[in-house]
Amino acid sequence: MTRHEWPLFEVFVRAKRGLNHVHVGSLRAADHEMALHHARDLYTRRNEGVSIWVVRSDQVAASDPAEKPSFFEPSADKVYRHPTHYTIPSTVPHI
Amino acid sequence: MTDFALFDQAIARDQRIEPADEMPERYRSTMIRQIAQHAHSEIIGMQPEGEWITRAPTLRRKAILLAKVQDEAGHGLYLYSAAETLGADRGDLTQRLIEGRQKYSSIFNYPTLSFADVGVIGWLVDGAAICNQVPLCRSSYGPYARAMIRICKEESFHQRQGYELLLTMMSGTAAQRDMVQDAVDRWWWPSLMMFGPPDADSPNTAQSMAWKIKRHTNDELRQRFVDMSVPQAAELGVTLPDPELAWNASRDHYDFGQPDWDELRRVISGGGAMNEQRIARRRQADTDGAWVREAAAAHAAKNLEVAR
Repeated sequence: MTRHEWPLFEVFVRAKRGLNHVHVGSLRAADHEMALHHARDLYTRRNEGVSIWVVRSDQVAASDPAEKPSFFEPSADKVYRHPTHYTIPSTVPHI
Repeated sequence: MTDFALFDQAIARDQRIEPADEMPERYRSTMIRQIAQHAHSEIIGMQPEGEWITRAPTLRRKAILLAKVQDEAGHGLYLYSAAETLGADRGDLTQRLIEGRQKYSSIFNYPTLSFADVGVIGWLVDGAAICNQVPLCRSSYGPYARAMIRICKEESFHQRQGYELLLTMMSGTAAQRDMVQDAVDRWWWPSLMMFGPPDADSPNTAQSMAWKIKRHTNDELRQRFVDMSVPQAAELGVTLPDPELAWNASRDHYDFGQPDWDELRRVISGGGAMNEQRIARRRQADTDGAWVREAAAAHAAKNLEVAR
């Protein structure tokens, strides 16, 4: 039996002005317009958002968690990127 | 180190497992089964109360019930979405449900005989669901835990509207009070069964606790539910139908009787009053909606072609 299942979309909601859109989940829809309507009905029934993005799940490129150690390694060994790396005398104000 | 060193480490550190992580096949299949069963329960759970939408006594009660049943649909969809992150397919899960290859909570195989049942379902059935679900907000599988957080926020509305409905009926006529008591008598034991079999007969609990899918055993959660419900019943002015129910000061908990576990087994394996009708209706909805899904897909495909 053929299942005419619609493609999967990822949903991002901006909770209020001044905040980023945040991933809230996914849903099935025939196209982007229907995905937006479904997202409104599914993820913002109680004023959870003022703006919604939808993107087809098969269009998302993601890093591979198995490669996590090597992928993120470059940021681990550069302690001088952090402000706490620098010793400043306690007598110096506002720094 | 095992093949799943990162998985084991994340579980040991109480971190969440995320979709693309490597995980033992049994963890994946257990999660898919649990999430799908939970999703199916929400979807089938629309039916017992849905039957009362057209018969709700006031416009206010009708609007509340509509919103509640819509929430159940939403909960089902959050959960199917979580199951899909594990490689399951929503259409396939629906197929498994209507072919009887996957289960849903046995509580929905009981009939809703009066409008008081709507109130008691909100109070006891959703109350039991909350007891079960609050700890699942810390379940080890990230998408499931996040779906549970959304669901728990909404379940609170469900429980409170039910209790308020019952308070209103209890302040009405003697016949209305009898309806409430009758509904409590019928739903109390099935609500206790919602936590699953006693720990001694729950072979999967140990592994689920080790993987931090579950945080408490069935019996612990059942006790918590009884302790919560007794004072709520007293406030409402109804009697819980258990002669063994009594405060035990030495345990600091209520003692209570055992549900009829044979009944649970019977209902789970298809012998409940409503099993056939629930699945038949779900299958009918799936069949009736097929042309809509196909038409929407065809329309989307045509639009895509026009755009090219």
